Amino acid sequence: MLEVEGLTVKAGDRIILEDISLTIAPGEVHILLGPNGSGKSTLLRAIMGMGDQEIVSGKIVYNGEDITRLSVDERARLGVGIALQHSPALPEVRLRDLAGLLAERYNTSWRSLAQALNCDYLLDRGLNENFSGGESKRAELLQLMIQNPRLLLVDEPESGVDLENIAVVGEALNRLLKGERIKERAKSGLIITHTGYILNYVNADRGYVLINGRLVCEGNPRDLFEVINKRGFEGCLECATCKRI
Amino acid sequence: MRNLQTHLRQLRERAEKALTVPSAFGPDFDPALYLKEATGAGTADGDLSRRMREAMLLSGFDPEERDRAGSFMQQNEEILYEEVGRAYKGQVEIMAIEKALEKYDWLWDYWWQAVPVDADKYTAYAALYQKGGYFIRILPGAQVDRPIQSCLLQSENESSQRVHNIIIAEEGSRAEIISGCTTVPQVETGMHLGISEFYIKKGAFLSFTMIHNWAEEFHVRPRSAAILEEDATFINNYLLLKPVRSLQSNPRAILRGKGARTRFNSIVYGQEDTVLDLGTVLELHAENTRGEAVSRAAADGRSRIMMRGKLVASSNTAQALLECKGILLSPNTEMAAIPELEVLGAPRADLSHEAAVGPISREAVEYLMARGLTEEEATSLLLQGFMKVGITGLPEILEKAVDEMTETISMGTL
Repeated sequence: MLEVEGLTVKAGDRIILEDISLTIAPGEVHILLGPNGSGKSTLLRAIMGMGDQEIVSGKIVYNGEDITRLSVDERARLGVGIALQHSPALPEVRLRDLAGLLAERYNTSWRSLAQALNCDYLLDRGLNENFSGGESKRAELLQLMIQNPRLLLVDEPESGVDLENIAVVGEALNRLLKGERIKERAKSGLIITHTGYILNYVNADRGYVLINGRLVCEGNPRDLFEVINKRGFEGCLECATCKRI
Repeated sequence: MRNLQTHLRQLRERAEKALTVPSAFGPDFDPALYLKEATGAGTADGDLSRRMREAMLLSGFDPEERDRAGSFMQQNEEILYEEVGRAYKGQVEIMAIEKALEKYDWLWDYWWQAVPVDADKYTAYAALYQKGGYFIRILPGAQVDRPIQSCLLQSENESSQRVHNIIIAEEGSRAEIISGCTTVPQVETGMHLGISEFYIKKGAFLSFTMIHNWAEEFHVRPRSAAILEEDATFINNYLLLKPVRSLQSNPRAILRGKGARTRFNSIVYGQEDTVLDLGTVLELHAENTRGEAVSRAAADGRSRIMMRGKLVASSNTAQALLECKGILLSPNTEMAAIPELEVLGAPRADLSHEAAVGPISREAVEYLMARGLTEEEATSLLLQGFMKVGITGLPEILEKAVDEMTETISMGTL
């Protein structure tokens, strides 16, 4: 589904990601861990084609197609979707209008999805304008459910969300990744998480640790979490329970 | 009016003294350059009438009069049409201003009462060289359920219109007016001086939507003011669709009666070398008066846009809000927002303002593109929302015009 090969990315003169390689097979969900500022969000944005960072070398292959130089919308229309950690406020755009436009684009209905995500009362407000963390995530999930991407990139779904909303977000992500129909079951995801709460809702197959722009190890996500919880990310560097990259 | 001749002589003398007084705002020009007599050229041929029709539609005027309570139409200096729909006779009066002044002696009491005749050279020229304009009166208690429309059309190059309109919404009446000012495509240069005086009586409601559609070398100086009595409501919508050489206007609403309310919405798009200097002055002088002035401007090409706004309150229970927001679509534009708040001996009056000028957020465009919208679609959606957000109760015709305008902008911007 996704192959990132030797990706090096810089912003201005600074290298943010160096020689990143990872492969996510159809139906697999991978988790990305790492301290603040390690480049996790940049990696997701680079895969989606967002932001003004520059790809110095390497490539991004999605479903066998090199998408490294495609625009954001071209990637989205091929089936890549992203949920940001902090979505920008778009007071000019009502959630209702965007949901309607996307539903038309992706030939689907959205009313029941909005209801299921408890978004009804947000429909006539400017998107993400004075939304709480949970409201913002739910509004974004509504857009993603309409978009129904085959590769889902998720940046810290628990960030700024209370426990009650974590359940809603987690279940919605699980639903998105599993797909509604059998033929959709080969969906994949790459999820950044700090807390690991999301692992209670989503079956993750593999985890990576990113430190200072480099992937330093990979392994079973729960094993990685256990080591990080006990010894911090530095401990992760020394650990022998998972595969060092 | 007693001593009408004296009154008119005094007005004329005041106007003559103001003939060289520039406007307090906006670029200056010499109105005398555009005083040539209208020749009546091009009123007949079929091609012109087709183009006239298109221009009228663009400015919100429906020549078929579908869903309209009445119509007024002036081409250059000639009144072409003035009619009230059969179902609305006895509720509405529409006629050329000269005819109305002949018919009603009392109308002289409203003549130059809201707008000062000597405000600047443009009011002075409009007074001394006035030709045409309309009188619209909604009779007491009339509930006019279809819009009244007017069109002031200029079809001769290098010519001008100097019109004076008086609109009176009598006690307890309710009506909507759509007023279009437009040129036909072969007109490139000219001048429009339009005086509009609104008198909204006790408990009356008037919604007035003005759509301007000018030519690239046109100078436009509307001068308007509204006087609101107790519990009166005045909604003023303004839309500028096309490039214009210069347009300066600073309409004023004076809320004299307690409980009076007003809302000014303006949506303007500056293109090419357009220079716009647009403001709103809301004066709240009575108890529980409410005012809102909301403007949205998009600046493209080499346009220069100045958005002004002034709120004045002399009552402790007055509340008003001023909101000016502008978006820059090209690196060669200039835009400024100047809000002004003034409280006169009413320390508990509540006046506030919000102003913002900036480009379309790249982050917002990219966010929408990540959902699969093209850059054009994302920009259009953001622009459409920007131009309309916070502006409530826009007539359908204006909604449609804004949507079409933002689609065109997005195509051109990218």
